Amino acid sequence: MIQTLTQPPALSATPSPLRRFANLLYRRPNLYLSLLLIPPLLWFGAIYLGSLLGLLWQGFYTFDDFSMTVTPDLTMANFAALFNPANFDVIQRTVLMAIAVSIASAVVAFPIAYYMARYTTGKTKAFFYIAVMMPMWASYIVKAYAWTLLLAKGGVAQWFVQHLGLEPLLQWLLGMPGIGGSTLSTSALGRFLVFVYIWLPFMILPIQASLERLPPSLLQASADLGAKPRQTFMQVTLPLSIPGIAAGSIFTFSLTLGDFIVPQLIGPPGYFIGSMVYAQQGAIGNMPMAAAFTLVPIVLIAIYLSIVKRLGAFDAL
Amino acid sequence: MTLAVQFTHVSRQFGEVKAVDRVSIDIQDGEFFSMLGPSGSGKTTCLRLIAGFEQPSSGSIRIHGEEAAGLPPYQRDVNTVFQDYALFPHMSVLENVAYGLKVKGVGKSERLARAEDGARKPVQLSGGQRQRVALARALVNRPRVLLLDEPLGALDLKLREQMQSELKKLQRQLGITFIFVTHDQTEALSMSDRVAVFNKGRIEQVDTPRNLYMNPATRFVAEFVGTSNVLGGQLAHYLNGTPQAFSIRPEHIRFSNGPVGADELQVSGLLHDIQYQGSATRYELTLDNGQTLSVSQANNQWLDNRAEHSIGQRLQVCWSRRAMTLLQETVTPGEGL
Repeated sequence: MIQTLTQPPALSATPSPLRRFANLLYRRPNLYLSLLLIPPLLWFGAIYLGSLLGLLWQGFYTFDDFSMTVTPDLTMANFAALFNPANFDVIQRTVLMAIAVSIASAVVAFPIAYYMARYTTGKTKAFFYIAVMMPMWASYIVKAYAWTLLLAKGGVAQWFVQHLGLEPLLQWLLGMPGIGGSTLSTSALGRFLVFVYIWLPFMILPIQASLERLPPSLLQASADLGAKPRQTFMQVTLPLSIPGIAAGSIFTFSLTLGDFIVPQLIGPPGYFIGSMVYAQQGAIGNMPMAAAFTLVPIVLIAIYLSIVKRLGAFDAL
Repeated sequence: MTLAVQFTHVSRQFGEVKAVDRVSIDIQDGEFFSMLGPSGSGKTTCLRLIAGFEQPSSGSIRIHGEEAAGLPPYQRDVNTVFQDYALFPHMSVLENVAYGLKVKGVGKSERLARAEDGARKPVQLSGGQRQRVALARALVNRPRVLLLDEPLGALDLKLREQMQSELKKLQRQLGITFIFVTHDQTEALSMSDRVAVFNKGRIEQVDTPRNLYMNPATRFVAEFVGTSNVLGGQLAHYLNGTPQAFSIRPEHIRFSNGPVGADELQVSGLLHDIQYQGSATRYELTLDNGQTLSVSQANNQWLDNRAEHSIGQRLQVCWSRRAMTLLQETVTPGEGL
């Protein structure tokens, strides 16, 4: 049978402008990509990075203590003032807390993440995801306030400690210089507990994701080659979950560095970097000093990332 | 001769599914033994039972005479080459190879001496190289039994053939038992001393490659190993005097134009397809009962097979009774054939 081939009408007609535009984008993938990326890049560049740089630039402005006014005369005085004993003390206190919180979060999060990744499936896994993320649904300030009550004298925490017969241990801990205080809610220990509680989900989820990616055959290969479970953990599981721990610790470390609510509500008096920025720009009106303090977490996190990178945490990514 | 691995009525159940059903095998020391079967036939589960990644639901597994059921993988003198190689991505090739020695507490200098190789990370290696590293990592422990879980599956044909002969040579040199899991019957036939054919968690036949091909025990083996014509029912009764199914290989059938020998059987059919396969030509005939019969003729004479037959033609074919193998329909579990 012979059929006459006719041009389909849709192809013979001149394409609509929209179709021509689509064809142009198809032929020039770079144009397509730039059209897609320019709006978010403008947003990111101008509003996000631009305002951050603008803020940091103000760190070079001069604050007149006497008249309480800011003049745009450039000076290094604010950054130099970071190294005053009083200010440096704030930085040191914050960094030590951030390190302690990161380590404790990793230690607490790892078994939970390990269990989630290796032993749960389907509904149990979904339950764990929700259980881990549910505390993040509640307002952060409400949670911090709730903890002041939980940790207060005669609060729930103390009630538990008493019923477990651990009162002497608590008293001994509270008596220790540096971490102690009259009650848990006014001690550095209490502040540390609240930080660990609040940032824990940010540590669990990245570790869980990294363990999820770990092929079971690697663990079997390790056992097959004669490694006992502890050796398999130390040689294979832990090294391969380090990117997850690093990612989680970047969250816990930077969030603790920048926090200004928890240090105000729980723990002994004394500023953290976050509460210092808050106080400088709010109550005192010393915007340049606040801007100088803002630089500290940025620099610290840059240092932290370079250390983590040097330790090889991102090699297995 | 001692037994490297001995399965006695081993079963492994996953919930309702019997992955391995009352399997008994004796694997000789120093043997190249293949486990052949389609996916889900239980061959990989058997390998994992030997390695210790799975524990049997019932039955006994002995490795070099010692009961292994219940022992964890790290207490067994066997090593595995994994299907996905399972190289540690955070270690160099050298560290991968030396890993088994490291966890057993072998000193660093001896470790390095025994695990000499390049120092690149596994991700930078090609498939064939990764496969060799996985092999080296297992062999550096000097196991008495090496388990290979479809290690050549991801390689292209040329590389696979090259690795097949390398593996076989390696096994001869080392003299240790190789247990090789594959779904590729050509691979199993060309490398092994003996092959176990798995189907639905059971062993259908354990035999040398030659016997497996020439004398398949069951319908499944006849059809899975190579190509076979399985004739049964009325046709078998008419031809052979018994309704028991039999198998005849396509290359054992020839075209006949006249009277045939006393020990030969003859049928006729319509030619419906000719496939040129390079070394041979395959003819597909439709018999009068509707069944298809494959006939394979080697292309070893240049004058042969040149448009001699055309599609739609009625042809007579015959084969010798000696080339036929009577088949069992199924195997009784627990009876190694």
